[in-house]
Amino acid sequence: MDPNAPHAAVENAPAAVTAEQVLRIAELAQLELTAEELPAMQRDLNSILGHVAQLNELDTTGIAPMAQTGELAAAGERENRLRDDQRSACLPRETVMAEAPETDGVYFKTPKVIER
Amino acid sequence: MTNSASTIAHKAPTIPAARNAVKDKSATATQQAEAYYQRIAARNPEINAWLALSRERALAQAARIDAMAARGDELPPLAGVCIGIKDVLTMTGAPTTAASKILEGYQAPYDATTVARLEQAGAVLLGKLNCDEFAMGSSNENSAYGPVRNPRALDRVPGGSSGGSAAAVADGMAVATLGTETGGSTRQPASFCGVVGLLPTYGRVSRYGLIAFASSLDRVGPFTNTVEDAALMLHVLAGHDPMDATSALHPVPDYAASLQQPVKGLRIGIPEEYFGEGLDPEVRAAVERAADSLRAAGCEMKKISLPHTRYAIATYYVLATAEASANLARFDGVRFGYRADHPKTLADMYRRTRDEGFGTEVKRRILLGTYVLSAGYYDAYYRKAQQVRTLLTRDFLDAFQSVDAILTPTAPTPAFRLGEKTDDPLAMYLADIFTVTANLAGICGVSVPCGVSSAGLPIGAQILGPHFGESTILRVAQAIEQAQ
Repeated sequence: MDPNAPHAAVENAPAAVTAEQVLRIAELAQLELTAEELPAMQRDLNSILGHVAQLNELDTTGIAPMAQTGELAAAGERENRLRDDQRSACLPRETVMAEAPETDGVYFKTPKVIER
Repeated sequence: MTNSASTIAHKAPTIPAARNAVKDKSATATQQAEAYYQRIAARNPEINAWLALSRERALAQAARIDAMAARGDELPPLAGVCIGIKDVLTMTGAPTTAASKILEGYQAPYDATTVARLEQAGAVLLGKLNCDEFAMGSSNENSAYGPVRNPRALDRVPGGSSGGSAAAVADGMAVATLGTETGGSTRQPASFCGVVGLLPTYGRVSRYGLIAFASSLDRVGPFTNTVEDAALMLHVLAGHDPMDATSALHPVPDYAASLQQPVKGLRIGIPEEYFGEGLDPEVRAAVERAADSLRAAGCEMKKISLPHTRYAIATYYVLATAEASANLARFDGVRFGYRADHPKTLADMYRRTRDEGFGTEVKRRILLGTYVLSAGYYDAYYRKAQQVRTLLTRDFLDAFQSVDAILTPTAPTPAFRLGEKTDDPLAMYLADIFTVTANLAGICGVSVPCGVSSAGLPIGAQILGPHFGESTILRVAQAIEQAQ
């Protein structure tokens, strides 16, 4: 997409998320944004958050937050469902390691984690 | 290819027709599979619905089914039925990519439960279907492997994210397909391509082997040419799975048998919020005709209100992206998939792997999700959206006190043009305005063709039902189907 394309929805709205904040979020998310990606992402996040702001029209005092549909919906299945702690088959190591970018056959290999 | 197999592949095939052809030996499972592969070879360069074919696995299964038929064995319910699988479901015998560069060439070590169930029921699995990357999109334009074209109008999108699954059925490249939904991703493409798309109740169908996008919203559902086929597919897919702790213990009824019951006396709600500003006049007219046909069949049509509908997109994009930012943390270049070349440090490896491996929309959603979960914004965005999710769900629970099902348009417009919304993510998100509500509330829904626009584009009617109300919504959908 064209990062320089005009965007009516944001032009009238104050920039809620700054470029510095976008870079900080990217760091938290382990993403690297190029200089070209940054302004487009900032614009898009502000456009979407501008739409999300309409949730503030609603008074949600005392309304329970909902993380899973089961909690309100599936009557009779509200309790935690437990199972016996049993050993069961798992994938063979060689099948799993065959998909690893770098491995010694036993462990996954990565660049050094701690620099001296 | 026999004439019979060719006919099955090209003319809106159905599950009973495909299975009966195997049974009476007018077209063996092998002949049918070869006919579909020929159709795919001829059509896919234009449509781009398929990302990979699992020919070896499909033909081995077809041979097993043909051997059963030759011996005169009782055939399983989907014997010889050629089916395609959306590429966010794991399946051995072909790569599983989630239409992302970060999983290019990845060979999943196990089958999703839904994939395994279909094959156990006799289905022949043809291959993997294109979709938006990690199922994030409403037009199938976010695939790392190119957009899918709508077979009904090649300059139009097929909808998304399960665009390849919808297009394959619409174009006669499979009898049925599996799609997935996080926010409308089977119903909206079904509407755009003129086929049936079903969203089962959350927990009705196992998510094991579905590459996670937003775990509290993700579901698996079928695309078919007929409502009866959707019922037959659901019967195979539904049921508890020990590998998915959120899958329901609720008993699985015989959905196809329940289609025999008349719709007379059912109370159908018409929510005013789904017929307001922004609804294409031809879509409105088609859905109103569907309502008329239900009235004529003896349904009681009632005006209802779902007052929080306008907050659904905002709620959805906070919750879905928050969950996605956590779920997609696993793509880090360590255990599977893509890794950036010559990383200097671990952090450098993570960042460059993810930056080079993920497409723009996936990055946008990870950033948004990380933002709404970050310190100082969690209560204002994430917790607030979870509370509004409660209100949206209550809207439906209240409505289902007085109606058995709800009729709405599936999407505000017919299929839009390729490129029309790619520069404006918010405009793209609003294409899902009528479908995301059911995902948030966990209820079931189905899109069924209810007409064609003056430009020849399909229009879908959506029927929403209460939790585990699939039998009812399928009956209503079939009544609309029969009125066409």
